[in-house]
Amino acid sequence: MNWFSKIGNIDRRIIYALILLAVATPLVLKMVLPIRISEPVKKSFEAIERLPEGSIVMISIDYDAASEPELQPMLIAILRQCFSRDLKVILMGHWALGLPLGEIALNQVAPEYKKIYGVDYVNLGYRPGYVAQMVGIGKEIRDFFTVDYKGTNIDSFPFMRLVHNYNNIDMLVGLEAGATGDAWVQYVGARFGQKMFLGATGVSAPDYYPYLQAKQIEGMIAGLQGAAEYETLVKQTGTGILGMPAQSVVHGLILLFIIIGNIGYFLTRKKK
Amino acid sequence: MKHQAPLIITFVTGVLLVVTFFIPHEPLGSLEQRFLIWYTIVAGFAALLGLDSLVRYHLVKVRDRREGWFYSIILILGLILTLILGFYSWAKFKSPFTLGCPFMYIYTYLIIPLQATMFALLAFFIASAAYRAFRARTLEATLLLIAAGLIMLGRVPLGGWLWRQIAHVIGFIPGVNGVELGKLELFARINDWIMDIPQTAAKRGIFIGATLGGIAMSIRIILGIERTYISSS
Amino acid sequence: MKGILQNSIRLTNKVEYQSMRQKVAARFGRISEKIRNLKVAATCLLLTCALSFAQNPTPPTQVKARDTRNDAGKSITVKWTLSTTDVSDVAVLRGYEIYRSEKPDTMFENIGFALTGKTSYDDTTQDGKKYYYYVRAVSPTGYADSEIVGPASSKPQWFNTDRTNILILAVLFGFLIIWYIERAKKGEKLFIRKIAGLEAIDDAVGRATEMGRPILFSFGLGGITDIVTIAALSILGKIAKKSAEYQTTLIVPNYDPIVMTAAQETVKQSYTEAGRPDLYNESHISFLTTDQFGYAAGVDGIMMREKPGAVFWQGYFYAESLILAETGHTIGAIQIAGTTAITQLPFFIAACDYTLIGEEMYAASCYLKPDPQMLGSLKGEDFAKIVNVGIIVIAAIVGTLAVLKVPGFSKIFDYINDLFGQMRMIFGR
Repeated sequence: MNWFSKIGNIDRRIIYALILLAVATPLVLKMVLPIRISEPVKKSFEAIERLPEGSIVMISIDYDAASEPELQPMLIAILRQCFSRDLKVILMGHWALGLPLGEIALNQVAPEYKKIYGVDYVNLGYRPGYVAQMVGIGKEIRDFFTVDYKGTNIDSFPFMRLVHNYNNIDMLVGLEAGATGDAWVQYVGARFGQKMFLGATGVSAPDYYPYLQAKQIEGMIAGLQGAAEYETLVKQTGTGILGMPAQSVVHGLILLFIIIGNIGYFLTRKKK
Repeated sequence: MKHQAPLIITFVTGVLLVVTFFIPHEPLGSLEQRFLIWYTIVAGFAALLGLDSLVRYHLVKVRDRREGWFYSIILILGLILTLILGFYSWAKFKSPFTLGCPFMYIYTYLIIPLQATMFALLAFFIASAAYRAFRARTLEATLLLIAAGLIMLGRVPLGGWLWRQIAHVIGFIPGVNGVELGKLELFARINDWIMDIPQTAAKRGIFIGATLGGIAMSIRIILGIERTYISSS
Repeated sequence: MKGILQNSIRLTNKVEYQSMRQKVAARFGRISEKIRNLKVAATCLLLTCALSFAQNPTPPTQVKARDTRNDAGKSITVKWTLSTTDVSDVAVLRGYEIYRSEKPDTMFENIGFALTGKTSYDDTTQDGKKYYYYVRAVSPTGYADSEIVGPASSKPQWFNTDRTNILILAVLFGFLIIWYIERAKKGEKLFIRKIAGLEAIDDAVGRATEMGRPILFSFGLGGITDIVTIAALSILGKIAKKSAEYQTTLIVPNYDPIVMTAAQETVKQSYTEAGRPDLYNESHISFLTTDQFGYAAGVDGIMMREKPGAVFWQGYFYAESLILAETGHTIGAIQIAGTTAITQLPFFIAACDYTLIGEEMYAASCYLKPDPQMLGSLKGEDFAKIVNVGIIVIAAIVGTLAVLKVPGFSKIFDYINDLFGQMRMIFGR
């Protein structure tokens, strides 16, 4: 096999080895690259910045461990912004295996800002119900959440006594790995006029662009890039920013593979 | 009757749910929610069917010493251990998802790394798929290739760096300010435009088609024309 | 004497001192009083300035209380126009308190709170009872009440007028399908184009048989409530029948237990129709797990061990689609995918040999079993799509002309928008 036929048919093991190096090297060297802030992420950030002190932000954890690398940095950055602005946070979700990730993030971020459970934030945990729950909260949140994830009555938490439905929630943030974001927009945004923005994995994000264009959501944070942008705005380096050099190098490498593959393809075709 | 009963149930349920979509008055207005709750209950019991299928398959594999039977033992032991620790954590800590409890230990040190590992495989597979598939064989394939390349550049800081280098080179042309040109962030803007306009338009087109197809399929199912989901034996 | 004198002097001094003291006190008192008055005046001035700066709220206006539209009753919607002091700043205005009573002028109680910027509140009520409302704008320094409105009472509605446009379109679409079905039943030949992915099914099964390798079929992560899964069942039926005829093993790992039971019935049925019920093996159509990546890992494992010659990805997939498809490519299998998951289509197109896109999956059952009723519904769907495309093209042209400020088109575009967004404008409230 001549050389241009070889470059058109590189063994996939070589490709995988190079990808491994491309991902690992920037992470090991802890490289940092400048991040450009896109408009949808900026709008998401400003949506929370505009909220006055004491406002209530509800965050829905609609992802699990598989999407943790992309969405967890978003959650941590949003929590940091909320706590630094003395906003109250309610955590809940529709993916049972996602709520522990929310708890991990709260336990990491809350002590940094000396925030107290029950006074500054609450974790309501997971309840089944999906759309019925989303619509039901529009009437009264206690129809679905009478206790938090540990079984404590929510009325024993000072700020939760004021929360009954979406009228009392200033901003809703949905962190989405699947189709739950559609339900938030269609059932809660459209029906109750609840202001919200979404964070989504890179694969799911294209699904939500129509909502962004129609201004049904305030903004959107898409993928690891979006997480890195949000961390830049919040001025805290996290796994999003640290992951961008790796993503950059991998994108560059894949482009190189595509170019090499096409060169090999054209040269082989020419020879034939 | 065995063949007609499912068709009748499907027809009545289908028509009822379509009609009640337009009627908010109780008890019809909440019928859809009621049916969804019933489905959730049925699905819960169906999970037992799945469990039975899984356990039976692997027990037979162990009994017959078929290839890979040792892994079947590991699967069954893992299932039993997770069940026991889950119930124990629920009983002792009120929730199996309480940090520090045994179930969360399994979740944090087994489930999270395993799921993240499988998801991480995508990085390798997208590289090999892109290398193999993005060849400029036809006009459409070339457009796909160019769009993919521009998106990949626009979504990472590498694209910004590359554009600034290109702008720097263009800046050697008299009358062109390379620095100002570099600030345009062309790849990022193209990425935003592709995501906002052609990508969204194509998605909407496919979505409209799929939705119309879904409606037609639903009408066929309700009217009993489509019967693949029921056995006729 | 000396003592008396000293005392007298002392006393005199005391008197003088006291007299002086009184004089000083009097003068001081007048001064104090003046200072006190000045303080009070200054305080009043500051308070007035502060109050005027903090903007005493103005009351919300145009308050209306009406039965909530298109609901199951037990709800009254209170609407109002924002207070002029509502600048979405809690330092100026905290929000609105809603008060309700069953009497027109007494016994009002606070039943809810709305944030600044909000202009409505849904109150949970008892049907048939009359209620009176007023809305209070609340600021840190005071409040202002609107006029009392009412009586209002709630009742359930029998028809959701917001969904009128959907009803009209559904009826039209249903009529189109039934009309085409009737035409097909009368013997009219209806043309449908070839779908490459469906044409290739027989070849794929044949190829797997020649290689002596099994066939793998996956529904992805769809449940039985997903229409695409039902469409996939019809494709499975066809494949199962062919594999029974060729005596090729068919493996169907499942994500959902209910889909598993439906798949078992379908495959059993197909084997019976092919005259080979003895070849049916229930353990080949098994349940794996309801965890996304656990399922992907399980299917990948099956592919690496069993090395199927043909793989069918038919159903609803998420991020695991590329992992599955690339593994299938690694083992050299011919792959036919079909999904309505728009975000996964690019991965299948890149990694698989054939891909059914969107509604081509729904067309599969019509294609594989081309009886008049199936074909008729397909044609009806196609016609509806043409109408859809026509409306989009017209609206796009009109909208473009409106943006270019060509006279008259702005109104036409607004009309088209309202027609589809708010059909109640035509049918009335």
